[in-house]
Amino acid sequence: MAWFKRSKENISPDGQKKDIPDGMWTKCSGCSDIIHKKQLEQNLFTCPKCGYHFRIGSKEYFEILLDGGKFREMDKKMQSVDPLKFKDTKPYAGRISASIKKTKLFDAVRTCEGAINGIPVVVACMDFAFIGGSMGSVVGEKIARAADVARKKKQPLIIISSTGGARMMEGALSLMQMAKMSAKLAQLSDAGVPYISVLTDPTTGGVTASYAMLGDVHVAEPAALIGFAGPRVIKQTIGKDLPKGFQRSEFLLDKGFIDLIVHRKDMKETITKLLHHLL
Amino acid sequence: MAKVTLDFEKPIIELEQKIAEMRKYADNLDIADEIATLENKVDQLRQNVYSNLTRWQRVQLARHPDRPYTLDYIPLITEDFIELHGDRRFGDDKAIVAGFCKLNKETVLIVGHQKGRDTRSNIYRNFGMPNPEGYRKALRLMQLAAKFHRPVICLLDTPGAYPGIGAEERGQGEAIARNLFEMSHLPTPIIVVIIGEGASGGALGIGVGDRILMFENAWYSVISPESCSSILWRTWEYKEQAAEALKLTAPDLLEQGVIDRIIPEPMGGAHRNPQMMAQTLKEILIEELKALKKIKTDRLVQLRVEKFSKMGAWKE
Ligand SMILES: [Zn+2]
Repeated sequence: MAWFKRSKENISPDGQKKDIPDGMWTKCSGCSDIIHKKQLEQNLFTCPKCGYHFRIGSKEYFEILLDGGKFREMDKKMQSVDPLKFKDTKPYAGRISASIKKTKLFDAVRTCEGAINGIPVVVACMDFAFIGGSMGSVVGEKIARAADVARKKKQPLIIISSTGGARMMEGALSLMQMAKMSAKLAQLSDAGVPYISVLTDPTTGGVTASYAMLGDVHVAEPAALIGFAGPRVIKQTIGKDLPKGFQRSEFLLDKGFIDLIVHRKDMKETITKLLHHLL
Repeated sequence: MAKVTLDFEKPIIELEQKIAEMRKYADNLDIADEIATLENKVDQLRQNVYSNLTRWQRVQLARHPDRPYTLDYIPLITEDFIELHGDRRFGDDKAIVAGFCKLNKETVLIVGHQKGRDTRSNIYRNFGMPNPEGYRKALRLMQLAAKFHRPVICLLDTPGAYPGIGAEERGQGEAIARNLFEMSHLPTPIIVVIIGEGASGGALGIGVGDRILMFENAWYSVISPESCSSILWRTWEYKEQAAEALKLTAPDLLEQGVIDRIIPEPMGGAHRNPQMMAQTLKEILIEELKALKKIKTDRLVQLRVEKFSKMGAWKE
């Protein structure tokens, strides 16, 4: 139901902005240390002192994972068409064009072909900056097609999630993307092609209830919020405070829903190792 | 007669009561003309109200406390029902019921959300909000049905998957995701019917199938109007606007290509005549099942994937 409680743009669960900062110096949300932009970049946007992972997008993640930062993007310009002519306090069409202008992205996921340490792969990476990384028809279709390409070319699929859940401005059509993508992943699985799901902060709602939790292997960044219902909704429902560390990567590891937690700096090597075992 | 009356039902039900009252004296008094006039009036009123329902009014009908639930339909449309319990992993979720029964003399598995009728039964049924073990029970039994080549019928009626600590600990997201994955290639016919509330992933978790049917006054969307209102308008007050914006009624969803067919309800909604509603449901299920059984399993699964692949709207 309420997957969108937390999908306001760029606002983290604790209400602080935590996207990549613009200035030269940044205060770490983990330890309050001041970090220089260069140092942050070299450290793949994690805090050198406390290991806090700043939220990044597809641009950074493609750079981190893919050999030489090179890739061939698929369905680059696919865009939403506002099928419901949805309007709340603002028209959805306006939200889309404003987001495109602001983020220079066309929607909340980018998909590509590239190589990881020489292994040809298909990668999809979500962009939380685009309407809270919300999943509607475009995300659904792009991921479905990426899964098709992976299946036909027998190349492993890697999906990096960062999302508040399904996009409510496309109503039931957003919901149906969950079924569509899950069906495509079932086909991929039946074809014996590996799929690695990478969960980053945050991964909630309809994405958790579809592709994020359907990997052959689930790899999470440290301390990422991962869950179906958002913490605020749960708190409202049960009327109690939530236990410390609830719905964080470490909690999910303990409960058995992710395979391993990996620091961003080790992500590429870990995925490589996994793929060598599976291919 | 309805125990609970919605605002827009009131004038109709009041008139109906008046007519019923007058009938008692009709033998002694010469009021047949008056009754006839009132009956005309109530007919017109019904036509007016029920052919111009707003989306929010349909949501209210879908949630009507007298509306029939899964366990009300099963004895009305099938025989030899035997309920089966548990996910073999954690427990038995009372918000989802499942079991084998005979529909038109043939065995089918029925899986459905189940709400309670009063406070006590609602607590027992968790208000029709499943935990992960509910989805896992559903999957276990659907796979059992497939193993013995029995078709599956899913009846959707939930305000959502339960947002609780235990649900998260036991992987609510994973449970729903797994069902979508497995249902998409389950080698047996699946008919899905949205009979009441189809709230987001909690509904879809048993909602992937070959034919998606929807009751005339049911709703189905990615979020409830209230939650949508609270997020986008930052107050619960805009639920009516949210219902309009979400385009969540059966006619809306037929247009969007999300459902295949609308199942008509008796005038005033399923709760006004559960027997008639059940009869309609039964006839349509038999007809749909007959058509699906003609399709070879491999082809059926292929068509199912294609069906969901087409959903959505985008430009390139
Ligand atoms: Zn730090």
